[in-house]
Amino acid sequence: MTASPWAGKAGALRPGTAAAATAGVTPFAVGLLLAAALQYAVGPAVGPFFSDLLIKIGINVILAVSLNVVNGYTGQFSIGHAGFMAVGGYAAGALTYYTSMLAWGGPQVQGGVFGVGSALFVGACLVGGLVAAAAGWAVGLPSLRLRGDYLAIVTLGFGEIVRVLLQQTQDVPFTADEARALSPVEMATHLGGSLGFSGIPFYTNLFWVWCFVTLTLLVAYRLKESTFGRAFLSIRENEIAAEAMGVDTTRYKVRAFVIAAFFAGVAGALFAHKIGTTLNPRELGFMKSFDIVIMVVLGGMGSISGATIAAVLLTVLPEALRGAADYRMIVYALMLVLVMIVRPQGLFGIREIWELPPFARRRGR
Amino acid sequence: MATRVATSATRRVFVQWGAAALVGLLGCGGGGTGGGEAGGGGAEAGGAATGPILVGEFGSMTGSEATFGQSTHNGIMLAVEEVNAAGGIGGRMVEVKSYDDQGKTEEAGTAVTRLITQDKVVAILGEVASSLSIAGGRVAQQYGVPMVSPSSTNPQVTQIGDKVFRVCFIDPYQGYVMAKFSRENLKYDTVAVLYDQGQAYSKGLKDDFIKSYTAMGGKIASEQAYTGGDQDFSAQLTNIRAARPQAVFVPGYYTDVGNIALQARKLGLEVPLLGGDGWDSSKLTEIGGQAIEGSYYSNHYSHEEERAEVKEFVAKYQAKHGQVPDGLAALGYDAGRLLFDAMKRAPSLSGEDLAKALSGTRDFPGVTGTISIDADRNARKPAVILEVKGGKPTYVATIQPT
Amino acid sequence: MTDLLQTLLNGLAVGSLYALIALGYTMVYGILQFINFAHGDVFMIGAWSAYAVAAALGFTLAGGDPPGWAAVAVLLSSMGICAVLGFFIERFAYRPLRSAPRLNVLITAIGVSLLLQNTGQLRPVFGTQPQSMPALLPDTTLFQVAGVRVGLVDVTVVLLAVAMMVGLQWLVFRTRFGSAMRAVSHDHRIAALMGIRVDTVISFTFVVGSALAAAAGFLFAMKYSGLKQPADATWVLLGLKAFVAAVVGGIGNLQGAMLGGLLIGMVEMLGAAYLSPHLRDLYVFVLLIGVLLFRPTGIMGSTSVEKV
Repeated sequence: MTASPWAGKAGALRPGTAAAATAGVTPFAVGLLLAAALQYAVGPAVGPFFSDLLIKIGINVILAVSLNVVNGYTGQFSIGHAGFMAVGGYAAGALTYYTSMLAWGGPQVQGGVFGVGSALFVGACLVGGLVAAAAGWAVGLPSLRLRGDYLAIVTLGFGEIVRVLLQQTQDVPFTADEARALSPVEMATHLGGSLGFSGIPFYTNLFWVWCFVTLTLLVAYRLKESTFGRAFLSIRENEIAAEAMGVDTTRYKVRAFVIAAFFAGVAGALFAHKIGTTLNPRELGFMKSFDIVIMVVLGGMGSISGATIAAVLLTVLPEALRGAADYRMIVYALMLVLVMIVRPQGLFGIREIWELPPFARRRGR
Repeated sequence: MATRVATSATRRVFVQWGAAALVGLLGCGGGGTGGGEAGGGGAEAGGAATGPILVGEFGSMTGSEATFGQSTHNGIMLAVEEVNAAGGIGGRMVEVKSYDDQGKTEEAGTAVTRLITQDKVVAILGEVASSLSIAGGRVAQQYGVPMVSPSSTNPQVTQIGDKVFRVCFIDPYQGYVMAKFSRENLKYDTVAVLYDQGQAYSKGLKDDFIKSYTAMGGKIASEQAYTGGDQDFSAQLTNIRAARPQAVFVPGYYTDVGNIALQARKLGLEVPLLGGDGWDSSKLTEIGGQAIEGSYYSNHYSHEEERAEVKEFVAKYQAKHGQVPDGLAALGYDAGRLLFDAMKRAPSLSGEDLAKALSGTRDFPGVTGTISIDADRNARKPAVILEVKGGKPTYVATIQPT
Repeated sequence: MTDLLQTLLNGLAVGSLYALIALGYTMVYGILQFINFAHGDVFMIGAWSAYAVAAALGFTLAGGDPPGWAAVAVLLSSMGICAVLGFFIERFAYRPLRSAPRLNVLITAIGVSLLLQNTGQLRPVFGTQPQSMPALLPDTTLFQVAGVRVGLVDVTVVLLAVAMMVGLQWLVFRTRFGSAMRAVSHDHRIAALMGIRVDTVISFTFVVGSALAAAAGFLFAMKYSGLKQPADATWVLLGLKAFVAAVVGGIGNLQGAMLGGLLIGMVEMLGAAYLSPHLRDLYVFVLLIGVLLFRPTGIMGSTSVEKV
């Protein structure tokens, strides 16, 4: 088992080693290969439970790395990420569920990993991402002139509003006939309410999750190394100085927000189609947002590899502690506090893992 | 903090390190499976004829609904002890592996996946809250392992597929029973409704009650909602007071109902409250006190019933836990016994055979009434109506399914 | 008319409770500029330890009317328990992070919050069963206006909230210690140079804040005697709404917390009574966003100009 997509990215993106065109495509191709390897070699070898865990890891990596664009690169403070995840998840879930109902008469999975159903699913993931991005734009535009904690509170408020509204939706129709009787607008209001949106076909598999992980990591990395990303970083370091240097801070903040929301939406869509999930508004509230913030801070603000590794750790840890019953969350909470005290800058600080001493010979910060 | 941004460096090493880390982590995840109730689970799905039979349980042992999970667990464990004391099933002992789902659907799904694919259980017992049973049930259905829910009353639970069963009645029936009782026995013409919109159980039961009640010619004076986590119901109760109903139907959990009763009385709303099986706990009367007196609710059983099964169960449970078992404990006990009964009848312990044996259950003498599994994998059984009188739920009537 | 009056009274009673909790949030924020997310959980511990003390002293529902000093004794001991708890939380969880980025402290606060909830629901601590708080303050009817009953508990909540706000105001603006607190709030390094013991001031702030939370918890337990188990969503949501109240009023401003609490309480109750009870939480968060968009630091918050 390997930490798939970074492998491709990390090797191929070394500046100056290949022509620009190859440099753009190669890492993605390697990512795809590794995703395929996970799907066809690793998945069957480790069994359904660990495959499920790998899928969860992938989804959390997308969430953490995307939130990192806002909280890490740009230095803004969003604690409403689960709200975007919910928006994307519900949009994508509704799209596949109702399309399946209308086209195939039931929510069964159609075709294999590359079948017609999967095409619908991947499309739905992108739509989910776009809807979440639109939500990100709508929330970000007015509220990003707020600073620090206040922005955090508005994003938190947004997440809670999403939760309350989703709880108001009607039951999902169970049969194709019931679904056909609904107009598209009605479909948007029949999302399961407090019972949760269940019945979404299980399309999420290792291949597609890790393809999206590759995409997320590449975008995050490219962004960080680009002019665009430098503008984000400049806002984090000193907003006033950035503004003085001609960076349109509000516009860049909104952009960071929209990008992060897009990937949160994709992650939500992947989550919605995963085996064993019911989309439930109660569980996509601010506690979920906190979980993602914790991953970002634990990894180190702005560090892609840090966020990734923290996401892996924090997905595996509660699962490893499942046998500890009553004491599980206590141990988790204690570890959180201890890590923050022992390593306040997170695992890697603002750097990437390959810039740290065992790997890079250079010293100093 | 310094502001160096990422520049390229030696990354090959990083890749190797990352790979090693991931492998190591998953190893650690696998190593953490110990604990729970079972020692070393050696049973395979399909039932190799040696070693203990492993049954999985998922429940809310922590979180808001922790008491539900704990009561159910106590009931299940009592059934397990009994079956093992009687020589097990075909000479094999039964072991239960329990996982906590914290009352979250995501955790419930993962717990069931883990029970089935890692621990290789032959059947699943769980959950109380319907939304969690649905999440877990879809996984069980996907892997073809039978699941018996002790107490999820929402109809959608068993609609998942042919592997999901339950031993309790369903909300439409419960709503019908309460509607009938309030319309025919209590002769109420107008009733107000106050439900928890955050709980699928509460919302479903409310809908079914209203449907039956209005069909019987009753009038709903006011329909009010709260959200689990609300502690102050004065706004809703003020609205209800203005509508002047003869009773208020509150299909919530006992944790809220006690407070609702107290606040209603403070606002001068003196009409009786009506409810469902979510009320069932000794804490209800403890919290509600005088305020809950004279209220009625439907339940799965009453520990005062004279049937032999009830007496025996109550005595055993009291000896072990020092308290009167609530309905959830009784249902957990029945779910366990019904499953073991099916295991004894099934030709093998494969998912198919076990599901077939479960659906063939007829007139099983459960503590919560005689259980027959119908074509929709629901239990057809009577409901009892209880009245809170003198600080105790008192048996009023049994209503048989028609 | 009766219903409107009743709704306003409901709003006032709930709002004062929010205000009581919000005062603690706002005080810590005023001094340390950080959101103490664990404050809501200290409040929960306050309510539960009031129950535990009452039970230990033998005041139960069945035990007849408790003596008059019972309420005072229980209140003081639960305030004491939480004050000690607050001291230790600050000493061991927050102090090591004093110079760390604020996000870290926030996460530590979340960690502390999870820790308190999950430790609270362990069987040897408070357990997972809801418990019933005995009525230490008899909820007698003080008077009736136009058919609306005004009870002792509601009046106590309102009076205590006002008293605490005034008391804190006095502490912060009229005492030597208060000047030290304000100095630390302004710039803790310079305050240290001026000879102020920064650690002591911050510890004290936490002790006072936690004792306030306990007092609010006690009153909460008096008003809503069915205490939900420590990890229940109720506590988190209450803490969150109180926090929203502090922000709406202008976080760091004591009168603001009071105003914000009352505003949130009123909006919630009026919205639930006259619009729809289904969207009760929505009104609160819409109000929050609305206020922040037009007054980015809350209604009574001060705008600070960032120096280059």
